[in-house]
Amino acid sequence: MTRSSPSPDTHLDRAEPSQADQRGAPVRSRRAMLAQSLRWPMAGAASCVQRTLIPAAFGVGSAHAGASSPGAEPSAARSYDEAIRRFTGGPLPRPGKVALDVAVLIDNGNTVPLTVRVEHPMNPDQHVSAIAVFSERNPQHEVLQVHLGADSGRAEISTRIRLATSQKLMAVARLSDGSHWSHEMDVIVTLAACIEGEP
Amino acid sequence: MTCTHRPEQAVIEPRGLVHKRRATRRTAQALIMMVMVVLPAFGHPSERPAEPTPSAQRDSQSVQHTHGTAHRDTRRSGFEFMSRATQTLQRHDDQNPAMLWVRDGERLWREPMGPGGKSCSTCHGASPTALRGVAARYPAWDEALARPVSLNHRISLCRQRYQQTAPASPETDEQLSLESVVALQSRGVAIEPVRDPRLAASLEQGRALFSRRIGQLALACHHCHDQNAGARLGGSPIPQAHPTAYPIYRLQWQAMGSLPRRLRGCFTGVRAEAPEPTSEVMVALELFLRDRAAGMPHEGPGVRP
Amino acid sequence: MRIRTLIDMPRMAKIGEVIAIRATIAHPMETGYRRDSDGARLPRNIIRAFHCRIGNREIFRADLFPAVSANPYLVFYHRVRASGELVFSWRGDQGFVHEERVSLIAQ
Repeated sequence: MTRSSPSPDTHLDRAEPSQADQRGAPVRSRRAMLAQSLRWPMAGAASCVQRTLIPAAFGVGSAHAGASSPGAEPSAARSYDEAIRRFTGGPLPRPGKVALDVAVLIDNGNTVPLTVRVEHPMNPDQHVSAIAVFSERNPQHEVLQVHLGADSGRAEISTRIRLATSQKLMAVARLSDGSHWSHEMDVIVTLAACIEGEP
Repeated sequence: MTCTHRPEQAVIEPRGLVHKRRATRRTAQALIMMVMVVLPAFGHPSERPAEPTPSAQRDSQSVQHTHGTAHRDTRRSGFEFMSRATQTLQRHDDQNPAMLWVRDGERLWREPMGPGGKSCSTCHGASPTALRGVAARYPAWDEALARPVSLNHRISLCRQRYQQTAPASPETDEQLSLESVVALQSRGVAIEPVRDPRLAASLEQGRALFSRRIGQLALACHHCHDQNAGARLGGSPIPQAHPTAYPIYRLQWQAMGSLPRRLRGCFTGVRAEAPEPTSEVMVALELFLRDRAAGMPHEGPGVRP
Repeated sequence: MRIRTLIDMPRMAKIGEVIAIRATIAHPMETGYRRDSDGARLPRNIIRAFHCRIGNREIFRADLFPAVSANPYLVFYHRVRASGELVFSWRGDQGFVHEERVSLIAQ
């Protein structure tokens, strides 16, 4: 059996868990301050959720691909962009062709259904060769990267992901001609039901 | 006696009508109430959970209770308080994570265990379908213990008695898998009211507990789940607390769990000590919740946020 | 411990038809960011790669990160060319390897 081509596992080690502790780093915006005060120390990376009282843009595709929200630490903002650039090989992707389908208001950040669709033919001459999803504010920015081929038939994938907090999500598609396209969304993550301290 | 949640005296107020409650003198409760009132539903309108409607996937139309009145049943399963995305997870067996446990339950059903080499199928038949309707009438009386037991506990007792297994926590994968496959057989079956006279004392104990203030926050179940069901707590809708889909795959746990596990979360939430999962107190509460949900269809093992 | 999977796909399809394939596997996907009750960090234990092939031909590949939920669920598509056996494989931390096979008949 052919093993899957070696994924450079180093990319998974790049985001050291200690980066997670930096989520409590000095905050500036009112939104981030409120987020910190409302954070509950619950189990699960995605259980440290916040409730924002400033309505974020609801599902509006960002015109400026890769832009980070106010209040995000500059280093976190850079590394969101960096993660995207690592995937594209340099340039930020162009908005378009991609549809990131995720609920704008999420029941619970631990299990968030997500679908990415790309409007593009799938034949040997032109097809979508890869789709990647990036998270602005999770401890690690990469979420999922898939590789497709002409015989995939449809450039669409679905999965369920964890979201640590309200943030931007971006889906990036790589086409067989080497170009990269994207769709970015703002999502709001709330706590589930009772304020419980115990799993 | 405070209002119980019986169909003929339904006190559930449909979502949207509950806004203001007079704040009590207790500071903690005032804070909770303030939070509920001050935090309006910020959700994008198209993403709010749908107005409670009869859930589409099964035969759960509003149950008309004919107690001499043309009374509309306002009870709604927790399913109807979830977002559409989470409802979709439950609707489709190929997406419902609980089915991982059901599949394992089907395998365990046939697996011989213990010195006698018995499997569930030895006594109950080749297929779990023989237990159709069983989950809808639990908790039920156990002769040997002379008290009611939950379905999960009953499964554990069965395995101890007939397969000589050791007593197990309700939350082990094996217990939950077996409970899931049995619960699946009651999908669509109406939850049965509690009629067994032997269960009467436990039922009353559960009814009293549902209305009793507990914990440091001094809240009773009915404050949230009767009086404020449909309102929001911390941005999430408060359901009516009907045990229509247990065991559940809870998104928050990212795992299956029993009703006592879920109730433990509530006890902790009001800063009370939770009863042991198979204790008489816990099963009394489960028994009351079952009776309170009588007539509502069981959904099989479901998904909850 | 027995690995549990759910694979949902048609077992028969027309040549040229695009089919949906849904695959779930039971796995905690421990992120590596959580701490236990003593404060010690729970080590990362996730599935890192998922792969589907027919014969030697790869038809889908995914790199998973800690942000993928527990009991990872993936849906992808495939244009049917010929009958064959689909081989699904998952690989992850702590030497985790699992494979499932499903036959597809093309008409």
